[in-house]
Amino acid sequence: MTARIGIVTFPGTLDDRDAARAVRIAGAEAVALWHGDTDLKGVDAVILPGGFSYGDYLRAGAISRFAKVMGRIVEAAQAGMPVLGICNGFQVLCESHLLPGAMIRNADLKFVCRDQGLTVENTSTAWTSAFEKGQRVSIPIKNQDGQYIADTRTLDEIEAEGRVVFRYADINPNGSARDIAGVCNEVGNVVGLMPHPEHAVEPGFGPDSRDGGRTGTDGLGFFRSVLDTVLARA
Amino acid sequence: MPKIVVHVMPKPDLLDPQGKAVGAALPRLGFTGISEVRQGKRFELTVDGEVTEKVLAQAREAAETLLSNPVIEDVVAVEVAESGTA
Repeated sequence: MTARIGIVTFPGTLDDRDAARAVRIAGAEAVALWHGDTDLKGVDAVILPGGFSYGDYLRAGAISRFAKVMGRIVEAAQAGMPVLGICNGFQVLCESHLLPGAMIRNADLKFVCRDQGLTVENTSTAWTSAFEKGQRVSIPIKNQDGQYIADTRTLDEIEAEGRVVFRYADINPNGSARDIAGVCNEVGNVVGLMPHPEHAVEPGFGPDSRDGGRTGTDGLGFFRSVLDTVLARA
Repeated sequence: MPKIVVHVMPKPDLLDPQGKAVGAALPRLGFTGISEVRQGKRFELTVDGEVTEKVLAQAREAAETLLSNPVIEDVVAVEVAESGTA
């Protein structure tokens, strides 16, 4: 069987095509989902890609949360379907309360765009099983509202439960609390992160790596992980 | 037409990078004696007809669910203002 991964497009989404391409490179079928859709077309997992849905009006992700398709995604996520939120998609998942915390403006108020080192902290989620715990990966980051914050009690709680999935290595690009780059829900089927794994899947177009400029493909691990997760359930 | 005005502020114990940047710009322009700036949002909801208790309750609910994110913001006021004075 081929896993079918849904990619949601909201008005203002930018990286839906890149996410679909990443899914195909990993060997799955990409299924386009529209923000106004009322069914999920039988997909096995969903990706909320990056961009500026609804122009980031009000708060990043705040209006997308109420899109029709999000109602179905929240139900499916609560029933265990793997959901990945990238950048703006992470913001949507936080606004939907599927993930704890929130994102505010970068601490230095500047848009940041760079190859970002990350440490993988949790490899038992639906989206990170192909990594090794403690593995250092390089994934591009590009955002304005990427500072992850939550109250101290929430931060202590997610740390204790191992729900910090990725931490920024070397540099904290946006002032995120405790260098947190990505988190997951209690069960580990819902993961969100600010960096963009879909931009690190194809040699020639990825971040720099030891093999040369733009050769990095560390992002593939996300899409291979969810394939394993979905096929293991079939 | 009457308006309902909603004020939303970042939670006092959380960072407000925008307010901080505005605060840092003030002395550069010669405005002294201001020790801190926090930046919030003001929403004006124009109401069709009268502002009944039901309409106001609805505005309060909208303020808590859509206009603010309780993780990072507080709704500090939901008040009625006549148009022209808002």
